[in-house]
Amino acid sequence: MKQEQMTGAKMVVKALQDHGVDVVFGYPGGAVLPIYDEVFQQNRIRHVLVRHEQGAVHAAEGYARSTGRPGVVLVTSGPGATNSVTGLTDALMDSVPIVLISGQVPTFMIGNDAFQEADTVGITRPCTKHNWLVKETDRLASAIHEAFHVAMNGRPGPVLVDIPKDVQFASGTYIGPDAAQTGHYAPKVKGDIEVVTALAEAIETARRPIFYTGGGVINSGDAACKLLRQLVDKTGFPVTSTLMGLGAYPANGKNWLGMLGMHGLYEANLAMHDCDLMINVGARFDDRITGRVQDFSPGSVKAHIDIDPSSINKVIHTELPIIGDVAHVLEDLLKVWKSRGAKTDAPAVKEWWEQINEWRKIDCLKFEQIGSTIRPQYAIQRLEALTKDHPDRYICTEVGQHQMWAAQYMGMNDPKRWMTSGGLGTMGYGFPSSIGVQMAHPDALVINVAGEASWLMNMQEMGTAVQYRLPVKQFILNNERLGMVRQWQELLHGERYSHSWSEALPDFVKLAEAFGAKGIKVDDAADVDDGIKEMLAHDGPVILDCLVERHENCFPMIPSGEPHNKMLLGEAADTDNAIKEAGAVLV
Amino acid sequence: MSPLNIKKGSSSHSAYDLRDYHEQGTERHTLALIVDNEAGVLARVIGLFSGRGYNIESLTVAEIDHTGHRSRITVVTTGTPSVIEQIKAQLGRVVPVHDVHDLTTEGVAVERELALFRVVGKGDVRVEALRLADIFRAQVVDSTLDSFVFEVTGTSSKIDAFAELMRPLGLEELARTGVVALARGEIDAEIGMA
Repeated sequence: MKQEQMTGAKMVVKALQDHGVDVVFGYPGGAVLPIYDEVFQQNRIRHVLVRHEQGAVHAAEGYARSTGRPGVVLVTSGPGATNSVTGLTDALMDSVPIVLISGQVPTFMIGNDAFQEADTVGITRPCTKHNWLVKETDRLASAIHEAFHVAMNGRPGPVLVDIPKDVQFASGTYIGPDAAQTGHYAPKVKGDIEVVTALAEAIETARRPIFYTGGGVINSGDAACKLLRQLVDKTGFPVTSTLMGLGAYPANGKNWLGMLGMHGLYEANLAMHDCDLMINVGARFDDRITGRVQDFSPGSVKAHIDIDPSSINKVIHTELPIIGDVAHVLEDLLKVWKSRGAKTDAPAVKEWWEQINEWRKIDCLKFEQIGSTIRPQYAIQRLEALTKDHPDRYICTEVGQHQMWAAQYMGMNDPKRWMTSGGLGTMGYGFPSSIGVQMAHPDALVINVAGEASWLMNMQEMGTAVQYRLPVKQFILNNERLGMVRQWQELLHGERYSHSWSEALPDFVKLAEAFGAKGIKVDDAADVDDGIKEMLAHDGPVILDCLVERHENCFPMIPSGEPHNKMLLGEAADTDNAIKEAGAVLV
Repeated sequence: MSPLNIKKGSSSHSAYDLRDYHEQGTERHTLALIVDNEAGVLARVIGLFSGRGYNIESLTVAEIDHTGHRSRITVVTTGTPSVIEQIKAQLGRVVPVHDVHDLTTEGVAVERELALFRVVGKGDVRVEALRLADIFRAQVVDSTLDSFVFEVTGTSSKIDAFAELMRPLGLEELARTGVVALARGEIDAEIGMA
């Protein structure tokens, strides 16, 4: 490897180029000016100027989740770094690989409360996988290479490299990615073959099996998704997924039960509750999934495939823990299971499917669109109907009721097509995320299904969408309420709607126009299709303000503190006192 | 009943692992971590304990290998068996942490703590303090006409016991290092000078 002398600022750009980075989301400021000067003097990396650093991280998350490559962010010191904290935390919770480069005040001023100084590595220590404060230019290249290595290996996640301004100006020796010391961070990818064999045996004898898959399958890569599909199709077992894992197994696949969890489908949750073998592939028994832990799937043997050893036995005890990368483990599992004759207890599994089909008859997502007031489910259903055949569709969401309805009514048939804030539940995630997705896929159809309250949290990014001519479709279900908050207040706070609506919403059509984008407003069910078609036809950023029923609740729902088999199905169900005191303390 | 061959609630860790993971008894464990000696590594470890609500009973840290930039952190913690397992798994995820050893479960370990006691008094109590110090094999490391500083090395319980005895004899100030520990017997290459 040839060693070159260059400034720290140049090293940053060179290192990004060496890692194949083509887009950086960022916002300049005093402490990163030398790096911005280098960005200016090259053409290989495109820089997208966001309007707020939180937006930069979410955009990078959208980029990362839709491509499988790390998202890169460049921000200044102090407020630049602190504004990115929410995005980093979001990426940590949802295992999204992000490399954030932040400027810092010069080394000789650190600790002096200098202008725009913040203890960035201190603040971001708990919200990154790892972070580095680089105090010598000679150490800079290896730190950046190590940052990419840590972000992408093992369970992916955000990392941060904090670079004081004097380190950017000074010259040092650049080493390439191959020469950097990254060896000691090498999480195990191969699963324990004895446990894999035990799981293969369990698959042979299981009578009521279920695959419970999560975002880990998608993070593991396309090979993992292919292997999962093979395994599901060959065994004939039912498969459900978390919010993060949608698309790993196709929604139009014949073994698909739909999403599980708090707002998951009735048949998926009951199957989880009554199964005798649960095969968790890359999910983490989140509290939105388990409900009441003591009553979670009481009769099942549980297998758990996860690359993160700390996910095993954290919440739910697992009889068959397999630490490893999903693709590696599934490959071994398929091999072992096939070599043993690829057997299942087919008659028992057939009976299991009959039971599941009985549950399906409840048709837990059914609703009626009567009259002109648009029901939000109807709007999403029409959006799905009019876009599902698009060859290159990506869906982002904000956080709340609309997010759950999108997960319920929209089908992801491929991985990396669904961008949503699952673990952290960050309102304001969807819009900047859609910008990141569109940057990575300029010709694709990118739709952000939003609520008006979430959307307003990062509405400033409209400027970014217009500046870079990104034709992102903002599909806003406007109920003039914080719908999910309102729903919980109805269910467990005596219908006292404390601060869950805003009285001064903007006119979204005028708002779009003020940014130089297009705005469409729909308030009659009869006009929904035309509105959606107009949105799709417009070649540029567009807001569709869809005014919907204000008091709609999101069902089905497992009330907090209850097990899977105690679901509320809809308005007809008795929702009074559905949540007991012990459940009310949960969120 | 499940026809599967795996016993519900069994563990694949070891056939001899008879712990019940659902029982809630609290255990005390001594963990030894080999970490990169770099800025912020201690903050990462402590932040993990405070952020996730784990206990720290004692903590010691010092560089053990200057050329290899390695430090050893000894943490004494308490928790239910499942919490202890989770602590070890979480520590293992921290990038500059190379090894996590649970000295409480990995065979027998020697645990030692050093403490300094300032005992102030005259006459009979002074004589009694000196006599007890002798029994505990304490060193006198400083002396004035009406005070001693004793140095005691031993297990934490020995230091507790000595402190209890010194209290009525004029114990004014006490400083403890926290526990350091090593596995007994043949050295495990990884836990030594890595």
